[in-house]
Amino acid sequence: MSDVSQHAADIHEQFSDHLDVSVDDVEDRLTTLVDEYKVPIEEARRSVTNHYLEQAGLEREDIASGGSESVELAEIDEPEQWVDVTVKVIELWDPRSDSVAQVGLLGDPSGTIKFTKWAKSELPTLDEGGVYRLENVVTDEYQGRYSVKLNKTTVIEELDDDIEVGTDTSEIEGAMVAMQSGSGLIKRCPEDDCTRVLQNGRCSEHGEVEGEFDLRIKGVVDDGIDAHEVIFDQEATEALTGITLEEAKEMAMDALDTTIVADEIADEIIGTYYRVEGPTFGRYVLADDVTELDEPADPDPLLIRARSM
Amino acid sequence: MSQAELSREVARRVFASEFNDATYTFKESDDERAPNYALLPTGDRANRVFAVGTLTETEDVGDDSEYWRGRVVDPTGTFFAYAGQYQPEAAAVLREAEAPEYVAVVGKPRTYEPDDGSVTVSLRPESISIVDETTRDRWVVETAERTLDRIEAFQAWEAERDDPEGGSTAPTNEYAQLAREEYDSPVENYRQAVVQALESLDELEATA
Repeated sequence: MSDVSQHAADIHEQFSDHLDVSVDDVEDRLTTLVDEYKVPIEEARRSVTNHYLEQAGLEREDIASGGSESVELAEIDEPEQWVDVTVKVIELWDPRSDSVAQVGLLGDPSGTIKFTKWAKSELPTLDEGGVYRLENVVTDEYQGRYSVKLNKTTVIEELDDDIEVGTDTSEIEGAMVAMQSGSGLIKRCPEDDCTRVLQNGRCSEHGEVEGEFDLRIKGVVDDGIDAHEVIFDQEATEALTGITLEEAKEMAMDALDTTIVADEIADEIIGTYYRVEGPTFGRYVLADDVTELDEPADPDPLLIRARSM
Repeated sequence: MSQAELSREVARRVFASEFNDATYTFKESDDERAPNYALLPTGDRANRVFAVGTLTETEDVGDDSEYWRGRVVDPTGTFFAYAGQYQPEAAAVLREAEAPEYVAVVGKPRTYEPDDGSVTVSLRPESISIVDETTRDRWVVETAERTLDRIEAFQAWEAERDDPEGGSTAPTNEYAQLAREEYDSPVENYRQAVVQALESLDELEATA
């Protein structure tokens, strides 16, 4: 069977429940694009699929693409694949848009991946720390990073057993070159299982609430080759700056302003060299272990190299 | 999640002597908001720089409003950092600093062309912080290493290009190629600057 026939058969299979269309018809459309208009087969397939989606009044998520396959997260290296995964919900993040019901990080023994669950899919809520079998999720890619999207056809099954989550740990040595907004003394939503950071006293989920203070740093550690975004939780922030949560609250109280804490921290850390170790979550490194690099650096090996060039 | 957040520009390590020669600037796309890069003579692009040195002098050179200039000296030369009303934190540090002091500057390269046809390169700081001597020495060693890496990549590209057998297999190093086209000074100058910078650390050690 030729490539085009195979793709035609796949597409036909996807739509057989929804449309009265023959394999030949699908193949004709593909052939026209591929042979006459020199469109690559993948793009042709996409285009033809879209045509039938429109005809059937369906969304891309509503059709299964010839059965999904069980994979480990680390195996995901292509967008638009339909896969089944068994994962633990490591973290839930604040959705930045009403169209997203939940967003966060999933993990399995092979690694971690970001997930998005659309509001319109009307799926049950995933709990942080919960272990699930997710069937029919779609992979996606953005700037070289992969994620999975849950959709209307996704089957969520909660599992009783725990799974070990493998993490990709990073070790970075570099200078702290910037501190991002949302650092310093912040307030989090006190609702059960909600730790969203409040914006002007409001939680995006629970509205106006009496927030609970927390201390954190979102910093950039830069080694001259890459800029790494690093998150320091309360413990790591206290260890790094010597400022405790209690002291931070007092400082803010005295100044009648919480931003004084961030200013103080920035003065302390920017321009300083650190070694940071910790797991990688998406684009962030979570600082588990931080050392200030205050021992003198040795110029001699480089001097030898420079002289011999 | 904005695209800008995802692709934060790295802060290059470059000595003052090379930085001040980076007079050629360019963009990678026609987009108005596309980032500006200075072309480093050793063959890389720099949208942002991290520099550590001795702040030896500060001066308010502004006419109507404050405009602070700081001279930040490393073993090879002097960085000029300018901060005005749009860099209030950096301007405040320069206003209050008591030179000489070690400072770390994170900033963007900027070029200025006076009427005499020359081009001056300066730093527009995002932040300036007071640091200690260990940090400054670490920066010299780190900057030496990054500079040697660039020089090595430049020389590898040159060697391949000049190799008659190499033909079309020459490795691409578009910034080395651009630097060769835009600048006259050979990369050997920057290797010498690295040696000089590292030797200055060794001398300090010997006299300590």
